[in-house]
Order: sequence, then structure tokens, then C-alpha cells
Amino acid sequence: MDKEIKQLKVSAIRNGTVIDHIPANNLFKVINILGLYRSDNQITFGTNLESKRLGSKAIVKISDKFFVDEEINRIALAAPQAKLNIIKEYKVEEKKEVTVPDEFTGIVKCVNPKCITNNETVKPKFRVISKKEVSLKCHYCEKITDQEHMVFI
Amino acid sequence: MENKSLISINDYSKEEILHVLDLAGEFEQNPTQTILSGKVIATLFFEPSTRTRLSFESAVNRLGGKIIGFSDSASSSATKGESLKDTIKTVSNYSDLIVMRHPLEGSARYASEVAMVPVVNAGDGANQHPTQTLLDLYSIKKTQKTLENLNIFIVGDLKYGRTVHSLLMAMARFNATFYFVSPKELRIPQEYKLFLDQHGLKYYEMTDFKDTISEADIMYVTRVQKERFSDPIEYEKTKNAYVLRNKMLENTKSNLKILHPLPRVNEINTDVDDNEKAYYFTQALNGVYTRQSILSLILGLKN
Repeated sequence: MDKEIKQLKVSAIRNGTVIDHIPANNLFKVINILGLYRSDNQITFGTNLESKRLGSKAIVKISDKFFVDEEINRIALAAPQAKLNIIKEYKVEEKKEVTVPDEFTGIVKCVNPKCITNNETVKPKFRVISKKEVSLKCHYCEKITDQEHMVFI
Repeated sequence: MENKSLISINDYSKEEILHVLDLAGEFEQNPTQTILSGKVIATLFFEPSTRTRLSFESAVNRLGGKIIGFSDSASSSATKGESLKDTIKTVSNYSDLIVMRHPLEGSARYASEVAMVPVVNAGDGANQHPTQTLLDLYSIKKTQKTLENLNIFIVGDLKYGRTVHSLLMAMARFNATFYFVSPKELRIPQEYKLFLDQHGLKYYEMTDFKDTISEADIMYVTRVQKERFSDPIEYEKTKNAYVLRNKMLENTKSNLKILHPLPRVNEINTDVDDNEKAYYFTQALNGVYTRQSILSLILGLKN
């Protein structure tokens, strides 16, 4: 019997959240944005994995952690194509996609060194002017921050 | 417009812009009034500016208002390390409206969010300077009798010039055709060309205006600063191509007017000053009427 064996590069979790289709070079940004570096949950991740869509992707599996949408949408800026699988007893219970918000506060630094948000304690605030290749317009200095120049706080 | 801060020219609709200009026309007829009597206007200039500050102060004084403020951050508590927020909160208690110039971009928007009174942006770094734009529009409308369908030549530093960018955004609402004249290093940034493309507006880019000047209704000249050039030799080679001289105006339209936000250095030769097409000094005077209009609309003294 010919049976294709699908081998997981990152082992399965029993309960928790799998975040898939993260661009490989943004993995640590995603970890940062979600604050996973200070989490006590079991976390496994793999990066530079093959992906038809992204070329090379990363995946993160977090045991016993279920995010609210608001938390998860924060990663949309670093991984707009990310897919989430909510796992219960090794089974995918729910699939979710991230949505890029129309506007948001915090998360990213304004690219303009002369912007008030980089010089006084003012939280950066942006309007999203392009969602595909995420591009942000600063609410204060009106300069554009593109994906390439995004620095996450 | 009452109680609404003016931070960016994009804060005003086309109708609101025209309303400001109409009212400015009324102030030109009757510039000395007492409608601001009992009002205190704060002028907070965290970086020096002669023209803008004096023009605001003249506008307030002619309407019977009082001015408080400073003309240089050295004489403010910013030098003691006070945050902008604290300065604005405090000054809000002392005044009915704040006029602010600040070197940081976005500072005016932020100030308008923490102030209890309306804020008028008198320049935030390289970002916005909406009252300059409105006085430019007033000057154009007054001399051309319309803002619609004009050929606008913009000459000089189109890359960094904040007045250029705001003027472009504003005139785009009136179906202007733009002629961008600049050295290669100081060309109009891509984002503005994209903006004009999206709005279906025509524009031309050129490195000198010899062959096209006869088309111009308005010629808006700005200063080309030496420090903007990465190569000083390039500056020496190009600087004279952007000096407007009286004899260049020989075969131009009779309605042509030369505008300049000032200060001028040498980009308009002084032999142009006596030409009736030179309008830059009157343009500066128009700043007073335009600012009278803006202040009285925001304070709800005119509607």
C-alpha cells in the first residue's frame, strides 16, 4: 500500500494555537509583537520551512494559549497572510485568518526620526493606506512607513 | 470650523477653503476692527520665524486681540526639559487659541489633541504650514479671479519645500496643471506625482522654464538651498538656471503673477521687483487678511 507519509517539522500540540504562514524573516517580530518571549507556555517553532506561497515560512505552536482577535490582529502587520489553527485534543477546532486593521495605535515606530512620536512620549498612531503590502501613514507627521522600514515596539 | 484646530490643509474641504478666502477678502476691505477684543492668542514659536509670527501678531493686533507667547524656544521652559504636552496644557489655561511653530513633525497635531483650546499650525518641521497655503491660494484667487484650471509653475526646491507640497495638494482640488521646474536632485517626490496621477491631473517636469514660461498663470518660486545638494559643484552649475530675471518675463501672459513664500535670497533678481507681475510682497500682506479670517472663523466670531 502506497501511503504518503506526512512528517511534521514541528511536533503537534495537544491544545493551543498554531500560527502558520509567517514570512520566515518576520518570525521574531511576530514573537515580539505577541510578547511570547515572556510567556510560560510551551512554545515550539520552526523557521525557513518550505512554503509554496511564501518561499520560506515560519510556524509557531503555543500550547494552552488561545488569543483574542485583537491580540492576533496585531501580527497582521508583520505577517498579513498568517493563518491560525485553534487546536483541541490534537484536532483543528477552528481556523482563523488575521485582518489588517484600518488604523491602530502603538505596535510600530514611525519611520521619520523627526516625528513627534520619536521625540516625546507620544504613542505612534497610524492609518493603514495599503493592506496587501502593508503601508502606514503616520497620524501625526503624515509620513509613510512601509513594510521594509517597520520597526516593532 | 468653529473650535476646530487647523493643522493640515487637508483638514479643510474645498468649500471651507473658499469660505476662508471670501472672508479674507472682507478683512482686506476692513482690516482694522475690534472683534478680537478680550481675546488672548498665544503664539508659541519653538523655532524662530520672522514673517509668520509677525503676520499672525499683526492680524491679532489689528482686530483688537492680545498676544502672549515666545519667539524662540530658548525663552520657553522647553529648555528646562518641559514636555510639549505640559507646555500646551499650561498655555491652554492662559489663552483662547494657540498658534504654534515647532521643529518636530506631527507636533501640531499632537498639541491639538492635548490642548483645551484650538491650535493653528504655523509650521511643524518639514510637514505642514496650512496658513501659508491659504494665503497663497488667496493671492492666486485674487490675481487670477479664479482658482480653477490654472497653469501653475513651481520652481526651485520641489523635494523638501513644504509650501510646495501643501500648495500642490490644495491646487489639485481646482483642476490645476502643474509645471515642476527644478534641478534633478530636487525633483518633486514620487508620492506627489502618484497623487496627481490618481486625481487625473496633468503635470510636466523640466529642468528649466525658458521654453514654457509663456504658458504660466502663476509662477511660484522657492529657494534652492546649497545644503540640499550632495555635490557642491552641481549646485554651482545649476544655481543660475533658477534665478528669475526681469527680461525673462518679456513674452509672458499678461495675467502672470510671481509668487514666493519669502525669504528670498537670490532666486528672484531684484530687477523683477518693479515689474507689475511681481506679487510676493503683496502676497505677504495677504497673509495678514488670511490669518484674520482663519482666527475669527475658529473663534466663532465670524461665520
